[in-house]
Amino acid sequence: MNQPQILITSAREDLRTEPRIIRVVLIAMAVTFLTVFVVLPLVVVFAQAFSKGVFAYFSALSDPEALSAIKLTLMVAAISVGLNLVFGVIAAWAIAKFDFRGKTFLISLIDLPFSVSPVISGLVFVLLFGAQGFWGPWLQANDVHILFAVPGIALATIFVTFPFVARALIPLMQEQGTQEEEAAISLGASGLQTFFRVTLPNIKWGVLYGVLLCNARAMGEFGAVSVVSGHIRGETNTMPLLVEILYNEYQFVAAFAIASLLAMLALITLVAKTILERHLDEGQLPGD
Amino acid sequence: MIEVKNIVKKFGAFAALDHVDLKVANGELVALLGPSGSGKTTLLRIIAGLDWPDAGEVSIDGENALAHGASERHVGFVFQHYALFRHMTVFENVAFGLRVQPRAVRKDEAAIRARVKELLDLVQLDWLSSRYPSQLSGGQRQRIALARALAIEPRILLLDEPFGALDAKVRKELRQWLRSLHHEINVTSIFVTHDQEEALEVANRVVVMDKGRIVQIGTPGDVYDNPATAFVHSFIGESIVLPVEVRDGCVELGGKPLNISADGVTSGASKLFVRRHDMAVGPAGSGAFEGAVRHVRTFGPIQRAEVALSAGEGTTVIEIDAPRDRELQPGDIVSLHPRRYRIFAGQD
Repeated sequence: MNQPQILITSAREDLRTEPRIIRVVLIAMAVTFLTVFVVLPLVVVFAQAFSKGVFAYFSALSDPEALSAIKLTLMVAAISVGLNLVFGVIAAWAIAKFDFRGKTFLISLIDLPFSVSPVISGLVFVLLFGAQGFWGPWLQANDVHILFAVPGIALATIFVTFPFVARALIPLMQEQGTQEEEAAISLGASGLQTFFRVTLPNIKWGVLYGVLLCNARAMGEFGAVSVVSGHIRGETNTMPLLVEILYNEYQFVAAFAIASLLAMLALITLVAKTILERHLDEGQLPGD
Repeated sequence: MIEVKNIVKKFGAFAALDHVDLKVANGELVALLGPSGSGKTTLLRIIAGLDWPDAGEVSIDGENALAHGASERHVGFVFQHYALFRHMTVFENVAFGLRVQPRAVRKDEAAIRARVKELLDLVQLDWLSSRYPSQLSGGQRQRIALARALAIEPRILLLDEPFGALDAKVRKELRQWLRSLHHEINVTSIFVTHDQEEALEVANRVVVMDKGRIVQIGTPGDVYDNPATAFVHSFIGESIVLPVEVRDGCVELGGKPLNISADGVTSGASKLFVRRHDMAVGPAGSGAFEGAVRHVRTFGPIQRAEVALSAGEGTTVIEIDAPRDRELQPGDIVSLHPRRYRIFAGQD
């Protein structure tokens, strides 16, 4: 009965958007692409992991080598996220709140790990700490193990994941400006009080966002870690390295079982990222 | 008492402050007035310790302020965009300065609560204490920012464009409120503004700045009635400005002599400044200028007339404010004579 009105609205829609046929085709293309390249691989990972049943899945995960890899990965992630959190916040604070010579250079340095292939990043540490490397002889003489041990893996991971926290914070802190800090100082707050009472609460969602991405990359890093790890079974294999070893040995269930853990990490990261982005978009209103 | 001596501040090649001296006595309410880029905010920030001068001295109550950072100066600073802590309630914003005091002098929780309540009552916003800054209007934010600055019992209070971001009506209300608040708490205060009306209405004393220098200091009446330079005359209050030629104490407009004197003004190209309401209207032939009325608008007790002066080869259109004792009509030929005027040598 409201036919004229319907005609008007549809006419208006036609003015605003592409013809229906083009919309359908474009959406179909996007959905197909995402299915083939994103959803399908994820499904395949889980299908392969459970292909010999639930028991095989869990026994693969409880294998001592697998447990050691999981433990090592968690430890390396904890170390590198922890340190990068501190470095990243300090670097972002310096860049966003102060003007100094060489600021652009510092920003480029922070971005460096993103523009260098992870394998090169790993090789740098081999050159520094390896037996033929810069500090190698001294380390050997003093019986300090960095390469092919946990410190080397942690160092390579820290290097590769360095930009995440700083990158998440710099634009946020620049946008917030320095007025609140100036207000705090004029009210008698010390530098530390200003940081912990004013700056940090204002950037907490940004910090979490950076930590989340940093953690995802730290746990998933392959290239740099592969170079410095030495692949000592049960000792210096992280989860991504173990996945490759098991796969090359045709232990598909075990390989995909470990891979499924990494895939789950990715999914959790994705959900958490969406939630955090909402908080960041809301301009960090308190109480939400 | 605030004493600023010979302050120089440069940003690269640009001199934001160029040898500035200023004394503010206890209990004064002083306006730093100037166009943007005149250095007024920089001067305020230097007094607060948020910026550092390249040369010069700043003392507060006889004590060298430059020996201390902003956090040790006990200076209340109110920012143009309020700078309230967005993640804290109004109450916590005001309490901040009390909570960050060293343990030895910090008040206990009950005393802090009492003090914050007292300040919120002072700015009449007690009912907002559990709100967040984002939930307040501009005028409310401004008053909270002021309460927060007063919490530390500052020796002096500095306000950077305190009404700059507010709409006209709220601005007017807050001006009167600030003046009466200053009367009540009587803390030595300096505020920065680019709005001459605001400066004249609120301050006891006005400091006019231009291009990093102080060009005049005086009471509002002083700077309005006796501007020291052409800049002050045109910046404060509306003026009629006419390019004239001074020759041995005589004034010419477009080659035609005006029967006003220019004693003490160097000969050469000059500018004649007259306030709109200082142009007396008389019958043709009785004054310094002759002109034809083009357009008349009336506002309450005055009428504003556009008058085309015949000056040499061209005509110059000026606006005058005349009382309504004699109604002007478009087309009237009138004579204008400046009751008060100033002539400044030079083109600018």
